[in-house]
Amino acid sequence: MSGSTILFYLLAALTLSCGVLSVTTRQIFRAAIYLLFSLIGIAGIYFWLQYQFIAAVQIVVYAGGIAVLIIFSIFLTQQAGEKLPKQKIGRKIFSALAVFCAFALTMVQVYQHEFSNIVTDAAPATVRNIGEKMLSTEQGGYALPFEVISMLLLAAMVGCIVIALRSKPETK
Amino acid sequence: MPNATIIALIPLLPLAGFLLLGLFGRKYLKNSSGIIGTALLLTSTILALYTAYEYFFVYGKVNGIYQQLTPLKITWLEFSKGVSIDMGLMIDPISVMMLVVVTLVSLMVHIYSIGYMKGEERFSTYYAFLGLFTFSMLGLVLSTNIFQIYIFWELVGVSSFLLIGYYYNKPSAVAASKKAFIVTRFADLGFLIGILILSYCSGTLDFATLIQRLTSPESNEFKTAVTYSFLGASALTWGAALVFIGGAGKSAMFPLHIWLPDAMEGPTPVSALIHAATMVVAGVYLVARLFPVFAITTPAVLEIIGWVGAISAIIAAVIACTQTDIKRVLAYSTMSQIGYMMFALGVAKYGAEPALGYTASMFHLFTHAMFKALLFLGAGAVIHYIHSNDMKDMGGLRKYMPITHITFLIACLAIAGVPPFAGFFSKEEILLAAYQNNMTIYWIALITSGITAFYMFRLYFSIFWSKAHHAHADHPATADRHGEGGFVMMLPLVLLGVGAAAAGFIPFGEFVSSDGKSLESHFHLQFSILPVALGVAGILLAMWFYLKQNDRPAKLASSLGVLYKAAYHKFYIDEIYLFITKKILFNLVGRPAAWFDRNVVDGFINLTGNTTQAVSEGIKKIQSGKVQQYAIYFLGGVIVLAVLFIYIWK
Amino acid sequence: MTLEPGLYHLLFISTALFFIGVYGFFTRRNLITMLMSIELILNSVNLNFITFDKYLWPGKMDGLFFTLFIIAIAAAEAAVAIAIIINLYRSHQSIDVENAEDLKY
Repeated sequence: MSGSTILFYLLAALTLSCGVLSVTTRQIFRAAIYLLFSLIGIAGIYFWLQYQFIAAVQIVVYAGGIAVLIIFSIFLTQQAGEKLPKQKIGRKIFSALAVFCAFALTMVQVYQHEFSNIVTDAAPATVRNIGEKMLSTEQGGYALPFEVISMLLLAAMVGCIVIALRSKPETK
Repeated sequence: MPNATIIALIPLLPLAGFLLLGLFGRKYLKNSSGIIGTALLLTSTILALYTAYEYFFVYGKVNGIYQQLTPLKITWLEFSKGVSIDMGLMIDPISVMMLVVVTLVSLMVHIYSIGYMKGEERFSTYYAFLGLFTFSMLGLVLSTNIFQIYIFWELVGVSSFLLIGYYYNKPSAVAASKKAFIVTRFADLGFLIGILILSYCSGTLDFATLIQRLTSPESNEFKTAVTYSFLGASALTWGAALVFIGGAGKSAMFPLHIWLPDAMEGPTPVSALIHAATMVVAGVYLVARLFPVFAITTPAVLEIIGWVGAISAIIAAVIACTQTDIKRVLAYSTMSQIGYMMFALGVAKYGAEPALGYTASMFHLFTHAMFKALLFLGAGAVIHYIHSNDMKDMGGLRKYMPITHITFLIACLAIAGVPPFAGFFSKEEILLAAYQNNMTIYWIALITSGITAFYMFRLYFSIFWSKAHHAHADHPATADRHGEGGFVMMLPLVLLGVGAAAAGFIPFGEFVSSDGKSLESHFHLQFSILPVALGVAGILLAMWFYLKQNDRPAKLASSLGVLYKAAYHKFYIDEIYLFITKKILFNLVGRPAAWFDRNVVDGFINLTGNTTQAVSEGIKKIQSGKVQQYAIYFLGGVIVLAVLFIYIWK
Repeated sequence: MTLEPGLYHLLFISTALFFIGVYGFFTRRNLITMLMSIELILNSVNLNFITFDKYLWPGKMDGLFFTLFIIAIAAAEAAVAIAIIINLYRSHQSIDVENAEDLKY
């Protein structure tokens, strides 16, 4: 039992348990924090997988951006105080049942599948490789999606502003 | 072959009148509707007379027989090769005779109505309906096949309905028109079944082919027709009997006569045209048209026809003696005379001398049209003058209405069978035919002719003699009364009077007989003494009772007690019908049928509707607007499909 | 199953996280908590991509780039979702999703 194995299981436990708590707790602020920990757990798994770049992006964007955004929106909609209302028990049981069935189905399929080309000790991607690949225009290059993503982010920004705009009163 | 166009124009001109006056009359042609209708009909009459002249004299006989010609035959509905419904025109002695009768009487009525219906709000509608009726009746007599005659039969019924109910604001008129239509429609059901049986047995609808196939005992159709049997009578007998039932309904034979007295609610010229001269003889015409079938192959049905006619004749005559509404008296008189025509056909056989009944019946139809129309139009003039239908309000009118008086008298003498007027000749031939073939019917007919003379002259004396008439100029309230009626009302009376007087001299047997050959009609002097004597006796009796106002009628009525009461209430036949329909049919058939319809049929439909609605209410809850529910359904569907695709449908 | 973490273990984690997110999406009444569940789902997908990239096709960085772009898009989508939630809060005065049933029959 090497340290990395134990580390892996710890990270996995953290991620999953915080995920479960995030979706079941009745206090919204706690849910946001549990989500944050879950995201950090995922970042940890990325680190364990030696995909440092992605891990860094995860922390910067998700933990530092989206989680904070969610916390801000909680405050903006004055939700921080009371407990969330309870859901009908029927809904909870039905959803749990459906989810469990789907999970079982998927896992059975996954375990039955023979992945034939498992490589266990490959060299991880370096930032340099990522950068070169991202901006290359040859076969397998991602220059186009890169540009498109920037357009998308622009559109998302403008869209958010428009949707959240308070309509001005008529000027006399 | 006579010109098909000319013959086709005869019914089509009144139809054009109907369409023109019906569509545009109310707004544009109100005052000239009478002239237009009359002009069209005058043309039709001239064409009909021309056709008659051409048929009888120019075209004449072929091998001593008047031919049955079909100038026009169009295939209308073709079901398969050889099975089709045609429309066509048939010219044969009785149809030509009917053309003349119908157009002449209709023309008289058209002219008369110009004066009688003057000032009516719906003047043009009246003439439109008259045009429709004339078209239907002419189409009926010109029909080549039994289906076409049924179509026009129903059309005539509709026209009658429209005209009886002409004064639609009067509830009694509306009820009368409904009654007429329902009773004749009910009889027409029998007619339709009869048509189906006869056409099925003979494989054709065409009259000529049908008669030829069903009257030759060697033909296959005849053999099939007599082999099928139901309740002891062969199919052919049933078919013929049912066809007769249709005819009996339209001709107001007992017991389907109840509609005819009530039909007097219509305007008097309408009664003259439809319920005296033309429509009610349609039944007689139908029997005459199918006469070979009745006479040769179903003599049992012919026997029934004879008895029905005789019974109707005598019952109607008895009832007519007690009625006080002058139009009702004339209605029962019509029923009685049609009874004569029916039993004359009933006692006839096919071919040569024994077929005298056929010729006599047609002759009586011809003369009856003249004098009955005259009687009705005269009654109309009286009603127009007095503004009441009741005999009690009339009396002594002979000074005030001279022309009406003379023509009415001529008609009464004709109907009583006094020579030399027309009725004498035709009645004498009928009595002769009955005497030769069925003695019982002969005695019934003889007694009826005596009663006929009695009640007709009771009518005559009550209107024109009886008590003195207070001149209207004496009553200040009625000082605006007019005289007898204008020229347009008197002209038809005079023309018909001439007809009633002179028509008897036509040698009818020359033209019309059961097989087309001419029939010599001899004048049997000794034979006619008895009927004439009875007629004169009836006249004298009526004179004794009614010439001057006295209490002899009242005393006789009270002494006859129950008999008089029964006759006055028309033998309670209407009440019996009402009882049967209300107590029996409505309760036993109508109510359960209505319950079934409301609860079971409607209930079933409502059940499907309600079920659909309940199911849809249940289903519509799926669209709750909640996104999470949609997502759950989505996941559920994905799981099901995944299981299906992975495990079950590999 | 070996205790040594490998492809299957990671796939287990990602699937489990995915269905935890789905459960949260079905069960939560609050719009913001539903958004949090969606973030969990997206993260599970990212983990899945990275796993396959590492274990099945290490030289090709397709999985990695997909993950990168998904993170970017998820950020944009979260922003837009918050904007919508704020808008909804203004019109309904609550972000209880049970009240947002305007498309009911």
